[in-house]
Amino acid sequence: MTAWEVAVTALKDATAIAGIGQTAFAKQLPESEKTLACRAIVAALDDAGIAASEVDAFASYTMEETDEVEVAKAVGAGDVTFFSKVGYGGGGSCATIAHLAAAVATGQASVGVAWRSRKRGSGPRPWKNTAVQLPTPAQWTRPYGLLRPADEIGMLARRYMHEYGATRDHLFNVALACRNRANQNPDAVMYERPLTRDMYMTSRWISEPLCLFDNCLETDGALACVVVSAERARDCRQKPVYIHSVAQGLPAQHHGMVNYWNDDPLSGPAWTAARQLWKQADFGPDDVDVAQIYDAFTPLIPLSLEGYGFCGRGEGAAFTEGGALESGGRLPINTGGGGLSEAYVHGFNLINEGVKQLRGVSTAQVPDAGTCLVTAGEGVPTSAVLLRG
Amino acid sequence: MDALLLPVVDEDGAPFWQYAARGELRVQACAARECGRLRFPPRPCCPHCQSFESEWRPMSGRGRIWSYVRPHPPLLPAYAAQAPYNAVVVELADAPQIRLVGNVVSGPNAPLDSVDPGRLRIGAPVRAVFCPAGPGVTLVRWLLER
Repeated sequence: MTAWEVAVTALKDATAIAGIGQTAFAKQLPESEKTLACRAIVAALDDAGIAASEVDAFASYTMEETDEVEVAKAVGAGDVTFFSKVGYGGGGSCATIAHLAAAVATGQASVGVAWRSRKRGSGPRPWKNTAVQLPTPAQWTRPYGLLRPADEIGMLARRYMHEYGATRDHLFNVALACRNRANQNPDAVMYERPLTRDMYMTSRWISEPLCLFDNCLETDGALACVVVSAERARDCRQKPVYIHSVAQGLPAQHHGMVNYWNDDPLSGPAWTAARQLWKQADFGPDDVDVAQIYDAFTPLIPLSLEGYGFCGRGEGAAFTEGGALESGGRLPINTGGGGLSEAYVHGFNLINEGVKQLRGVSTAQVPDAGTCLVTAGEGVPTSAVLLRG
Repeated sequence: MDALLLPVVDEDGAPFWQYAARGELRVQACAARECGRLRFPPRPCCPHCQSFESEWRPMSGRGRIWSYVRPHPPLLPAYAAQAPYNAVVVELADAPQIRLVGNVVSGPNAPLDSVDPGRLRIGAPVRAVFCPAGPGVTLVRWLLER
C-alpha cells in the first residue's frame, strides 16, 4: 500500500458517532439559543456516557450564533485543541462531522462535539435583513425581488421542471413522504398533522412554482452529536455508528444558491460531494438502505437523488413515483420527517436521524438498516457523510 | 413606504452599473489576446487563463427567458406591495452562458407586476430596458419581444 492509499483510507470507519442529543422542536421555545445548544450537547454526551471534561474538539456552522468559547465553558469541556466552523448555511451540516472525524482520526483531538442551535421559528428571517447585503452576488439578484432562498431555488426548480418534465405531483411525493414519517415521530413538529394531495395543491404560493408545502418548517431547537475513535466508540454506552466516508463539495464555477451562471446550473454541489464520497466508500448508491436528504425545499430531493447517483440525470423526479421515498420503498428518506416536517435546524436533525436508523431505534425504522447517506444543503457549497452500523 | 432595494455595488460590479446608467448593457470579458472569454458575475481574474486584464463588451440587449418565479408574500414591504410579481433569469442572445436576473415589465417605469403572467414562458424572447431606480442608479429589466 502506498503512502497515498494509506492517506485516502485513513478516515474510513476510523471514527464513529457515539452519542446524539436534541432539545424539543417547536415554533417557539422559551430558552435562548445558547441554553438550547448546551442542553443538546449535554444530552449527547450523556447518551455516549462521556464526561464533558473529556471534550477537546468542537465543530459547528458559521451561522451558529453561540461560539465555542461560550459552549465549552458552559458545558465544562476540557482543554480544546480543535475547533472549526463551516460556511454556507445548511451546506455545512455534514461537514461538521467530517471535520471532527478528520481531527480525531489524525490525532488532533479525541472527543469531538458537533452542534447546531437555532431559533429560526421565533427569530428573524435572514432574508429580511437589508442592512447586511453581501455585494456579490446580491447586487445581481435582490434589487429584482429575488429575495428569499425560496425564490432562488424556485428559479432552478422551474427550469428543472421545464427540462425534465417534472411536475408538482413529483414535489408533492417528496413533501408527503416527509410528512408521513413525521406523523410517526412524536418529536416532530408535524406529528399530528397529516398532509393530503388536495391540501398541497390548494395551498398558498410562496414563490411559484413552489407552494407552502414545498418549503421547510421554521423551528426553534438544537441538536448535537459526539464523535470519537471507532475503538473508543465500542466502549461507549450506545452501539457505534461508524463514519464510513465524508465529503465536502464546492464545484468549479459554482455561485451559491443563485447558481445561474455556470454551464450547467442543474448539476449542483451534490455531484461534487458525491464523487468524493463514493470514491472513498466500500459500497455504492444501490447499497444505501436509508437516506436523510437535505430538504429545505422539495426540489432539492430530485436534484440530490441525481447528484448522489440514485438515478440518472433528469430522472430524480420520476424516481419519487410509486412510493419510492416511503417506508418499504426503493429509498426511504428523511425518516424522522426531515426539515419539511420534523424540524428545520439546518439539517442537523438528519444526522441524528441517520444515527437512530443505524442503532435500530428510529420511529420509522427501516428493517436491518446497515447503511445511511446523510446530505447537507444542495444548491450551496455542501457536504455529506456515509454512516455504517 | 420603503423603496425597492438598490444594488449594493462592489468594485468588480461597478462598471456594469455605470454602463447601465448610460443605457448600455455590457458584460465583462477577458482582455488577454488569446482568451477573450466573457464572464459573469464580474471578478478580478479570468477563470480560464488567469489574466487580470479585462474589458467591458457591449451586448445587443436581446435574450430569452431561461426561467422565472412569481414571489408571493411574505416579502419586504415594497416588494409585497407589487406581489405577486415576476423575477426572471434571461440568457443573452449574444452569449447564452451569460444569464442576468431581472424582471419582465411593460416599460422602463412600469411596476414589477405590469406584465400578464400568462405571457411568461421559458424561451420567450426579450430585450433589455433601462429602468431608472434611484439617483444615478439604473436597473436592467426586460420587455417581451413581439
